[in-house]
Amino acid sequence: MATLNSKIPTGPLAEKWRKHKTEIKLVNPANKRKYEVIVVGAGLAGASAASSLADLGYKVKCFVFHDSPRRAHSIAAQGGINAAKNYQNDGDSVHRLFYDTLKGGDYRAREANVHRLAEVSVNIIDQCVAQGVPFAREYGGLLANRSFGGAQVSRTFYARGQTGQQLLLGAYSALSRTVGAGAVDLHTNSEMLDLVVVNGQAKGVIIRNLVTGVISRHSADAVILATGGYGNVFNLSTYARGSNTTAIWRAYKRGACMANPCYTQIHPTCIPVSGDYQSKLTLMSESLRNDGRIWAPKKSGDARTAADIPESDRDYFLERLYPSFGNLAPRDIASRAAKRVCDEGRGVGTTGLGVYLDFADAIGRLGEPAVRERYGNLFDIYHEITAENAYKAPMRIYPAVHYTMGGLWVDYNLMSNIPGLFVLGEANFSDHGANRLGASALMQGLADGYFVIPYTVGDYLAGQKSGSRPSTDGAEFKQAEDNVRGLSNRLLATKGKQPVSYFHKKLGKIIWDHCGMSRTKAGLESALQKIPALREEFNATVNVPGSAETLNQSLEKAGRVADFIELGELMCRDALTREESCGGHFREEHQEADGECKRDDQNFAHVAAWEYQGDSKSPLRNTEPLNYEFTKMSVRNYK
Amino acid sequence: MNLVCNLFGSSIGRKFIMALTGLVLIGFVFGHLVGNLQVFAHPDKINGYAHFLHSLGPVLWLVRIGLLVCVGLHIWAATVLTLESRRARGSEPYGVKTWIQAVFASRYIRWSGYVVLGFILYHLAHFTVGVAQAGTYKTALPAHTLTSDYHVLGFTVVPAGTRVHDVHQMVVLGFQPPLVSLFYIVAVGLLSLHLLHGMDSLFQTLGWRNASWSRSLRTVVTLLCVAYFAGSLVIPGAVLTGALKPAPAVKTASAQ
Amino acid sequence: MVAVNTQKLFSVTLRVWRQAGPAQPGKFVEYPAKDLNPNMSFLEMLDVVNDELAAQGIEPIAFAHDCREGICGTCSCTINGKPHGPGKGVATCQTYMRSFSDGDTIVVEPFRARAFPVIKDLVIDRAAFDKIQQAGGFITARAGSAPEANALPIAKGDADLAMDAAQCIGCGACVAACKNASAMLFVSAKVSHLGLLPQGQAERDRRVLAMVNTMDALGFGSCTNQYECSAACPKLISHDFIARMNRDYVKASFRSAFKAAPANTSGGGA
Repeated sequence: MATLNSKIPTGPLAEKWRKHKTEIKLVNPANKRKYEVIVVGAGLAGASAASSLADLGYKVKCFVFHDSPRRAHSIAAQGGINAAKNYQNDGDSVHRLFYDTLKGGDYRAREANVHRLAEVSVNIIDQCVAQGVPFAREYGGLLANRSFGGAQVSRTFYARGQTGQQLLLGAYSALSRTVGAGAVDLHTNSEMLDLVVVNGQAKGVIIRNLVTGVISRHSADAVILATGGYGNVFNLSTYARGSNTTAIWRAYKRGACMANPCYTQIHPTCIPVSGDYQSKLTLMSESLRNDGRIWAPKKSGDARTAADIPESDRDYFLERLYPSFGNLAPRDIASRAAKRVCDEGRGVGTTGLGVYLDFADAIGRLGEPAVRERYGNLFDIYHEITAENAYKAPMRIYPAVHYTMGGLWVDYNLMSNIPGLFVLGEANFSDHGANRLGASALMQGLADGYFVIPYTVGDYLAGQKSGSRPSTDGAEFKQAEDNVRGLSNRLLATKGKQPVSYFHKKLGKIIWDHCGMSRTKAGLESALQKIPALREEFNATVNVPGSAETLNQSLEKAGRVADFIELGELMCRDALTREESCGGHFREEHQEADGECKRDDQNFAHVAAWEYQGDSKSPLRNTEPLNYEFTKMSVRNYK
Repeated sequence: MNLVCNLFGSSIGRKFIMALTGLVLIGFVFGHLVGNLQVFAHPDKINGYAHFLHSLGPVLWLVRIGLLVCVGLHIWAATVLTLESRRARGSEPYGVKTWIQAVFASRYIRWSGYVVLGFILYHLAHFTVGVAQAGTYKTALPAHTLTSDYHVLGFTVVPAGTRVHDVHQMVVLGFQPPLVSLFYIVAVGLLSLHLLHGMDSLFQTLGWRNASWSRSLRTVVTLLCVAYFAGSLVIPGAVLTGALKPAPAVKTASAQ
Repeated sequence: MVAVNTQKLFSVTLRVWRQAGPAQPGKFVEYPAKDLNPNMSFLEMLDVVNDELAAQGIEPIAFAHDCREGICGTCSCTINGKPHGPGKGVATCQTYMRSFSDGDTIVVEPFRARAFPVIKDLVIDRAAFDKIQQAGGFITARAGSAPEANALPIAKGDADLAMDAAQCIGCGACVAACKNASAMLFVSAKVSHLGLLPQGQAERDRRVLAMVNTMDALGFGSCTNQYECSAACPKLISHDFIARMNRDYVKASFRSAFKAAPANTSGGGA
């Protein structure tokens, strides 16, 4: 049984991080270069961590599976990044950002972590501006803000509809600087396939070079995973096709606990599915909800075009249900409302799985040029994909999988239950509880990488003897490498009939149907029957052509889908055990009369951290209680 | 020295050299054309002009050497950049490659350059050195006595009565063979095309061009190139059509 | 409403570059792509073809892709002679089959340039771009040292222009489209993005000199001002940035030659 000590510092909430920083151990500058740290992934969290640690003087090795660290999927975040700067003079503060984030997460995150996030949010903006991130500005030259879901203040900083791109390129430039200076040893096209644990501590990784197929061992004093979320378990999602769970899943199989895997975020404003060939769902930024109004016909089965439906027959359901937040209700709430409308037969488009996001009012109020200035690139994306002009007819949108709040369990120092294994960004579970607010993912990724890990990794390394990194010739490294080779050999040797995509689609459908926007006991139980059967089928009939010695995209996919199948099972298990509704986890059995989430704080105010027990055994469910010392767990109310 | 390395060793430096030398050469070809258009005036004009230029002595040689250096550097930069660019393209060509928007003049800048080089060599042999068509070279023709003063900036530089080479006659006679004139017309056509891309391009290379005025620049450049072509066309054109005839041979003695 | 699933299906022939590895010779091979929905993306069409190839025991076509929403810059095919296909201002992943007609033969090749060697089939190695960035594509600002963000106002026009340049996704289409395989648009976008901002002034000369000289050393060609790069760019980044970089480079060359240099650049002290 894993010990889950959250190591939350004592003292008043607002003092915890400051106090912790003064109390944790330091490594002196001359000794830092004697420690080697492996960073896996170079998205916002990974790139910022690698460059910051290198700047401190640690030897850093960074592995990315992409051909360049600039490709990580952080790049696709559109809307913005939150920070409690209060530049708008609208009453924002660190405490308010903390409170909004905690409440948005439906009181399933740690108070101390969330408060720290809100505190460092202001430093992130300073840091990014200093790096040359071209945030939007007012005519006077000062930074502009916009509002986002789940908040009643304007605290979101943005760079057109490409904020994630600009922040990632900022972090990438810092990483490039340190690579150029020889302080980071960067390995591209390098996928982590196993974690090496020596004497109970994370001391290395096994890497496959995706271009040459060469498998190599790397040892270090600490290992940092910043490998992103696992939303591609649904197959169709707004994730990049390459986003995967493999790194954290293999760490899970080495003993790291997986926390709250059932907490997944369904984003309300995505372009609806058009056919079964589809590989990807495209997000329309939440910022559109600032000016767009969401509606559906009042009557079910209304086949008229949007233009032919008069005002009196339209239901602006978010404004009706949540008058104080209206179209800016949090993502989980907006998504479920759209689903309910479609379930009632009021959905639009040929599939009936869609609602309108209408800009007619905004165009009337501001004029088309102003709308184009704010959202032009999003309208263009919509046009490319659907061949429809959203300036003339409303967009059709439907919820899609967008983010996973669950991830590897970490303590306040972002270290997992395996000492020496740190997990940052979306790959960990720490800050968003059961639902993430818009513009908070970028904030968390950069907070972890720039402002948390540089302190906390030192605290761990100070306790390690410098030069004590194990040799890669050790038994643990050999065993891990054999494990990796065995896995890919098995996949190549199966020589079945079904392409990997067949399994991924099938898995995605099971998870979407039973562990998606709403979940039931019966549905989850049936999923827990179907997934092991799918795994059997995969093992017996998957077709992976080619060899392991060259670039083999089928082999890469097969390994990732195999992990998704196992993870999917754990997600369903977690969702089944969590007999309550909270945030993105909605159990139909647990709802209020009006269809809202019904939390059970008595029995489920805890983190569920699953511990691997072997392939043939059920995993162990550990819990970390969530103690709310400073905030009252209340019912989320956006009405 | 870093500056020399950057200017002669880097792609941008070489482009800079190309643009600067191009700018000098553009100035030359336009000045040269304007000077030559004096052929349409009384023979005193162009003959006095030619005599004045020759009377500059070392200054003329300085200008000539300067121009030759510019031509040399322009060609050197073009050659080095072309060779590097070919190498950069790689050994495996595209199976299919389409142009997206490059203007016609830019696609054939190298070819127009080659022809222009050939033309310059012939032109120098023809009118400057007198190797080609030696029979109608100025030294083989009777001298011309100026009937009026030749002025530059209001100063008389060649007084009336001076006996000078008859350049007017040389030009008219030189263009009388239709093949020579046709080659000349084709070459100045290509030179205009070369300038059409080159003039626009040098603003880009020197970093002066941007979208807010690039259309105006393009229009001005196009008008200049058309004017250049028209101006260069009328001299052989007038000779061919008989509009420009050799002056009656009134002077008999040769120049000093 | 758009009838999404009732579109008439159609078929095309793909003429695809197949190359087993960097050192092996490649060739074009034809494959049929049948029953395509016009709303499919080009890459989804390749997915379908690949599954069919795998079922026939043929190794699937390797192609680079990731985000499939035009922002990561991973996808990189030259389609019918144009990088990223027929659309203007879109990447291959944003190219939809509705751009093609029944019976078309579509020629699909990798981006070609000496500095972008082919790894396999349509996948190329663009590490050269990273190396250029590492040479100087940054503003040195260690985490923790940044001043208050609003302490330095930046005119909206400058910030917007910097953003225009900063949009580059690093796909390499500019190099692929250029007859000289020049990387000027890519490099100038980064040089201009950082050079337009006040934060970027301290390293401005150093940056442009280092990035351009690295670009040259990596074997990219030079710019002949044909602007095929900006026309092929999925973000339509303007070649005006190239002009800006040309000016910056020459200025920096002169400044570095004539500026007084400090006698001692090291720290030292007690």
